[in-house]
Amino acid sequence: MNNNATSYAVEVEDLTVAYDMKPVLWDIDLKIPKGKLMAVVGPNGAGKTTLIKAMLGLLTPVSGAVHFTNESEDLRAFKNRIGYVPQSGSVDWDFPATVQDVVLMGCYGKLGWVKRPRKADMALAQQMLKKVGMLEYATRQISQLSGGQQQRVFLARALVQEADVYFMDEPFKGVDAQTEKAIVLLLKELKENGKTVVVVHHDLQTVADYFDWVTLINLCVVASGPVNEVFHEENLKKTYRSTGGLLRSVV
Amino acid sequence: MTTFIALLRDYTFQTVALGSALLGLISGVMGSFAVLRKQSLLGDGVSHSALPGVVMAFILLGNKNTEILLLGALVSGLLATFFIISIVRNSRVKFDSALALVMSVFFGLGLVLLTYVQKIPNSNQAGLNRFIFGQAATLLKRDIMLMAICGSVLLALILLFWKEFKLFTFDSDFAQSLGFSTKKLNLMLSFMIVVAIIIGLQTVGVILMSAMLISPAVAARQWTNKLWVMVLLSSIFGAASGVVGTAASSMVSKLPTGPAIVVCISTIVMVSVLFAPGRGILHRLYRRKRNKLLFKMEGGAPNVPSA
Repeated sequence: MNNNATSYAVEVEDLTVAYDMKPVLWDIDLKIPKGKLMAVVGPNGAGKTTLIKAMLGLLTPVSGAVHFTNESEDLRAFKNRIGYVPQSGSVDWDFPATVQDVVLMGCYGKLGWVKRPRKADMALAQQMLKKVGMLEYATRQISQLSGGQQQRVFLARALVQEADVYFMDEPFKGVDAQTEKAIVLLLKELKENGKTVVVVHHDLQTVADYFDWVTLINLCVVASGPVNEVFHEENLKKTYRSTGGLLRSVV
Repeated sequence: MTTFIALLRDYTFQTVALGSALLGLISGVMGSFAVLRKQSLLGDGVSHSALPGVVMAFILLGNKNTEILLLGALVSGLLATFFIISIVRNSRVKFDSALALVMSVFFGLGLVLLTYVQKIPNSNQAGLNRFIFGQAATLLKRDIMLMAICGSVLLALILLFWKEFKLFTFDSDFAQSLGFSTKKLNLMLSFMIVVAIIIGLQTVGVILMSAMLISPAVAARQWTNKLWVMVLLSSIFGAASGVVGTAASSMVSKLPTGPAIVVCISTIVMVSVLFAPGRGILHRLYRRKRNKLLFKMEGGAPNVPSA
């Protein structure tokens, strides 16, 4: 691997996003190196979800741009190398579908318009369901899942995408300790396979254990870099401002 | 019995029943998506807002042809949808308020225009009143043809883009992240729902049309957890109530067809909500009672170690 500019999986340049009049993200410059497991940390309303959505192209920024490596290819091919795990609360789980149906949606991007999933896609879906420990739930209706199981179904769906860069919005929300460990193992496995994973994370105590790269944001990027270099009290204080005192015991 | 067989042979009955069945089938399919996207109310708004379009088309073009009138309905239905969406987007007014506002303004305008048309000499109301409550008996062979053509196009599109519509209805953000244009999908699906509403206006009228869109889908959802089964069941429910409603109104004098169809589909909804296994109210009550009984019989000692 060459260590030039190409070793960044995602480069964000001067990104500003606003809903109504108020900016939610202000002049974000961010470089995410390839093959890193990166946490995005910040207080509520800091723009973590917005940052992820903007990088995925789900929002139109006021200014700025997001670059991926080798994005000169056509839109479809390049979107296929990006995986997305949304917050599980973002959809209606009473939708008439089985776990397998939802996981199969991960391959829709590769298939493109009109084409239907084939046997190979089914097998892939089964394999990923097994990975997240949900294989016995494959034919279960999705309304019967618990919060943690919903989260794992979304994770399996993203794995089916077989992307190079993954964006995950709070994959540990409402998940028990055991499931959290299983998910972390999965993330580390992704990293070992050379994938880049960006995770919105809330639990400051586990950042150092789970991740090797961290971005602290609150409207703007406070710091971004290796966990052992930038994840210290001073930066956390800057990120959380008023609540900084409460966090002293954590780090 | 003989009257029933005679009825089946009657040409008018055949035409009207076929039309109602087609309408039920199409609105059943499109209604499933409207309900799952939580746009049931939008259907109501669109159908009410179609009325001024119908009357305006007659005033401007002086033509009584159903196609022309329905084209007017389509234009004003789409215009109303556009107003609702822009009000929600550009102001703090919420969706339900915007919908009620636009719908009542359009419907009121429609009634005013209708009164105006009544005053025009020789217009004889032009039979425009039929669009309020619907008048299935006025269905002609060419109307059926129009419905069949529109219906086939809609069904073909649903079959072709099944995977995309399913994905978009469930999780539109994820669809967009995969590179599908959610703008196009949204536009296409909304337009298809509006078309399904418009072609039913002549049969059941602007007031009852939303029932035709929503009821079959709500009933079908009770019986299944699979999308394709839901859409299939919904279309069957819609078509069946179209035929049964037409038969009922033919055998009972002075029973209007549109309302009869709606009563029929509403009965199906009630039965489904009460009796469907799994989601039905009675099944849930039964399950709770059985669990209580089981718990009692097993001695009621929960197998939990006390701290």
